[in-house]
Amino acid sequence: MTDQMLTVSVWRGSVEGEFVEFQVPRQENQTVLDVVTHIQRHMDPTLSYRFACRVGVCGSCAMTVNGKARWTCRSHVANVVENGRIEIRPLESLPVVKDLVVDMADFFDKWSKAKGSFVATATRDDALAAISPSERMRRLVDAGIECIGCGACYATCDVVKWKPDYLGPAAMNRAWTLVNDARDGGNDDRLRAVAGDDGCLSCHSQQGCTLRCPQKLNPTMAIAGLKRLTVKAALRGKL
Amino acid sequence: MTDNAVRSETLLWLAQRISAMVLAFCIAVHLATMVVAMQGGLSTAEIAGRVGGDPVWLVFYGVFLAAVSVHAPIGLRTVLLETTSLPPNRIGLLTMLFGLFVVVLGLRTLYGLFQLGPMS
Repeated sequence: MTDQMLTVSVWRGSVEGEFVEFQVPRQENQTVLDVVTHIQRHMDPTLSYRFACRVGVCGSCAMTVNGKARWTCRSHVANVVENGRIEIRPLESLPVVKDLVVDMADFFDKWSKAKGSFVATATRDDALAAISPSERMRRLVDAGIECIGCGACYATCDVVKWKPDYLGPAAMNRAWTLVNDARDGGNDDRLRAVAGDDGCLSCHSQQGCTLRCPQKLNPTMAIAGLKRLTVKAALRGKL
Repeated sequence: MTDNAVRSETLLWLAQRISAMVLAFCIAVHLATMVVAMQGGLSTAEIAGRVGGDPVWLVFYGVFLAAVSVHAPIGLRTVLLETTSLPPNRIGLLTMLFGLFVVVLGLRTLYGLFQLGPMS
């Protein structure tokens, strides 16, 4: 298999830039991250990209691969290659710092705006909360909690593309997991934060986020849940 | 965004969803009736003969009109907010005027058809 070559187009530059083509030897069990690493180690050491764990845990290596946002460390070349070619660009909807590296500040700032931090209602002196794994709310939390913050959903979301202040799928998925956390006391503020024009009500339910989430989470469902709760809060005069 | 604005946005969203449910029912009845009535071709006299002067149809199309008048301006407002750079206040005013236009036009049609009475 190593005698085969892969044609790889890689974005070089920042906002202004161009695609540069590389011929990379094809390997068995080769991931897109392996390809990028090969280019940087053996062909062009000035190529910038971001990665850490290489095993789908840290969420730092997401890029646009043949037009789709993917976690590159667990995207096998065999599954994404088209006619022997791969095009690798930085994630969409986030400012490009250099080459394949984007500035994730907007993305994570929106987690804060969506009140994505746990608000404790007990102290260390209180007994531990007893929450059964089979409780409905606990199961809703479980369904959304494994987000690795890679930004693939955010880069895919078309509402983010034309509404730059829109909170986006990941931030609202995080808010939804806290809304369903029986120990959390921040829901009035949180629902106020995710309602309104830049929040859950602007979601078009096109489910691009759900389609592209590498963890197979369903942010669209989380946002739909927030829609229901914000409407209830508005009717009760709590917004 | 102020708390009041957040609340009113949420209630507008709810109004649009509820009016959509009403519309789904009304459009189904409207289309089904048309399909049944179309069997022998459709004429103004036939429509007026069936609908004109009938208080049940008047109420039905009154509800239909109310749902359209709520649903369309809110939807148009959202589309304009998302796709244009017009100031939100102006978009609110424009779509409210559009809503009034729909109400006036619809009431006029309803009144005209009811007045026409059953034609033989």
